[in-house]
Amino acid sequence: MRKNPSLRIYALAYLAFLYAPIVLLPLFAFNDSRVIAFPLQGFTTNWFAEMWADKTLFIAFRNSLTIAVSAAVFSTILGIFAARASTRYKFPGKPGILGLIMLPMVLPEMIVSMALLVVLIAIGVPLSLFTIILGHVLICTPFAVAILTSAFQSLDRSLEEAAYDLGETPASTFRLIILPLVMPGIISSLLISFTISLDEFIIAYFLGGNQTVLSVYIFGQFRFPAKVPAVMALGTILVCISIVLLTIAEYFRRRGIAKSGGKDTGGFL
Amino acid sequence: MTTTEKPNMIEFRDVHKYYGDYHALRGINATIKAGEFFSLLGPSGCGKTTLLRTIAGFEDISSGAVLIDDKKMDDVPANKRPTNMVFQSYAIFPHLTVEENVGFGLRRDPRSKDEKAKAVAEALEMVGLKGYGKRAAHALSGGQRQRVALARALILKPKVLLLDEPLSALDKKIREQMQVELIKLQREVGITFVLVTHDQEEALVMSDRIAVMFEGQIAQLADPETLYRRPNSRKVANFIGTMNFLPAEVLSEGAGGIEVEAQGFGRMTLSADQVMAGEAGQGAVVGFRPETLTILYDSQTATDREVMGTIEEVVYFGDMTYYDVKLDGTTEALRISMRNVFGRPVLEIGTRARVAWSPGALVMFR
Repeated sequence: MRKNPSLRIYALAYLAFLYAPIVLLPLFAFNDSRVIAFPLQGFTTNWFAEMWADKTLFIAFRNSLTIAVSAAVFSTILGIFAARASTRYKFPGKPGILGLIMLPMVLPEMIVSMALLVVLIAIGVPLSLFTIILGHVLICTPFAVAILTSAFQSLDRSLEEAAYDLGETPASTFRLIILPLVMPGIISSLLISFTISLDEFIIAYFLGGNQTVLSVYIFGQFRFPAKVPAVMALGTILVCISIVLLTIAEYFRRRGIAKSGGKDTGGFL
Repeated sequence: MTTTEKPNMIEFRDVHKYYGDYHALRGINATIKAGEFFSLLGPSGCGKTTLLRTIAGFEDISSGAVLIDDKKMDDVPANKRPTNMVFQSYAIFPHLTVEENVGFGLRRDPRSKDEKAKAVAEALEMVGLKGYGKRAAHALSGGQRQRVALARALILKPKVLLLDEPLSALDKKIREQMQVELIKLQREVGITFVLVTHDQEEALVMSDRIAVMFEGQIAQLADPETLYRRPNSRKVANFIGTMNFLPAEVLSEGAGGIEVEAQGFGRMTLSADQVMAGEAGQGAVVGFRPETLTILYDSQTATDREVMGTIEEVVYFGDMTYYDVKLDGTTEALRISMRNVFGRPVLEIGTRARVAWSPGALVMFR
């Protein structure tokens, strides 16, 4: 029996819709024209030079990096505690508490940022990078918890017991056995949280005060058509960074699976 | 068996364990001797693993006491107890090599690096894994993992080695081979072994003594032969091997024994140690193992007594044949197992057969 070709066409169209715009980024980043339109004019690296010379961009990039790294580290640490608690211990109100931790995942960011803004102003906390980090930890933690819970869950409980049995304390067992085995999960969690924080817009816009971050800066630049090619150059670099990060994450995930002798079920999360 | 003169290694004193409302251990009283190969045998959910884990210290007890080497273990955490465990899943640390796994427990050992490496090599040699030290743990087969788990536990020279269904994940051939190896190993190191298993054959093969458990209680604690030949209840009799039952009636009790009339077998006299307590509400029965009955061929004669029956079912096992035989005057067919001997044909369904039996091989539950 022959398969219906329309499904194949649909799948190809779907993939083109997803990835074609991203392919356009490097195309126009190296295109020798300020106008974003075909036909392409010629090869240039001017836009990268222009981008490099932009002081505000540099500050925005540095801010974003600071925020993303802090948010990734804090939400992953919180995620480790929550995942450990949810997979190993029973306590009253556990489902409710876990539900509330996971809730920001589906809560509109607009609501989160408005609520945070009102509270921060009311208690007199000045808006800064720190307040953005707070907001990002809030939205990244559910992802960290989800990733780490699955990592902790796949851990055979008798591994811990075996370590106690062989004379280790709970603390040294955590360090020697649990931590190395959930390390792939921790790295995934760090990378995902980092990515979520890096391209987050609403919270960064609401809670940033006069501090600019990358996403807000890029959005602002689109108001000036002359600046767009430089943004394309920046976008190209971000795509490259994303690919590198994803590759690292996938490498660690596979290594983790190979080490624990499990079967690869595919999928990054 | 000489275990009786040996000192106690483990003692359970009225151990109870509750999980919420669930009463998992219901007053366990038992002692395990030093150097003994002891098994906890029972169906799943009978509390055998829970009991083993109370020795290891992974499970707190609700009341009573667990003593190891005459010391109460109430406040001794798992990492300070003189026991080591081989887990059902083996619990081999997947991120470490075989060597690192086996040497894991030596981390706090004050000996030098070289001495520890030597101890690891010796432990690996003892379990037949010489030269496997550098391998990654996840690359091992089930049987090899189990050996690593054994070496890792035995390298610490514990007073007691606890084995939680260690052979259940292996296939039949390797399992039987490991049973023999475990027995040899236990004799070699002289450490007290406590094995949890649901496999009655495994328990019979390996143990000096067996505690049969049902529903959080020890139903019978005895050496394998006593358990098999003189089970103290129908439940134990059914759990260990196969037993045939026939309705019976006590005619008289005297100093010379108990006069019994059993369906199909007629009158006989049993000694007092052949009579066990039955379950309430069920009538008295006599029970006997399939191999205690023999189908007689043409010229053979019974050494003791003989009855007639008809073969109703034949199950051929290669070395053995199982016959379901309905004796004259009985309501249900009995299982008789016969070793297949060269030159002796397997009998066919419907054949009339003479069956030899002996009152000494019976037990009675009343």
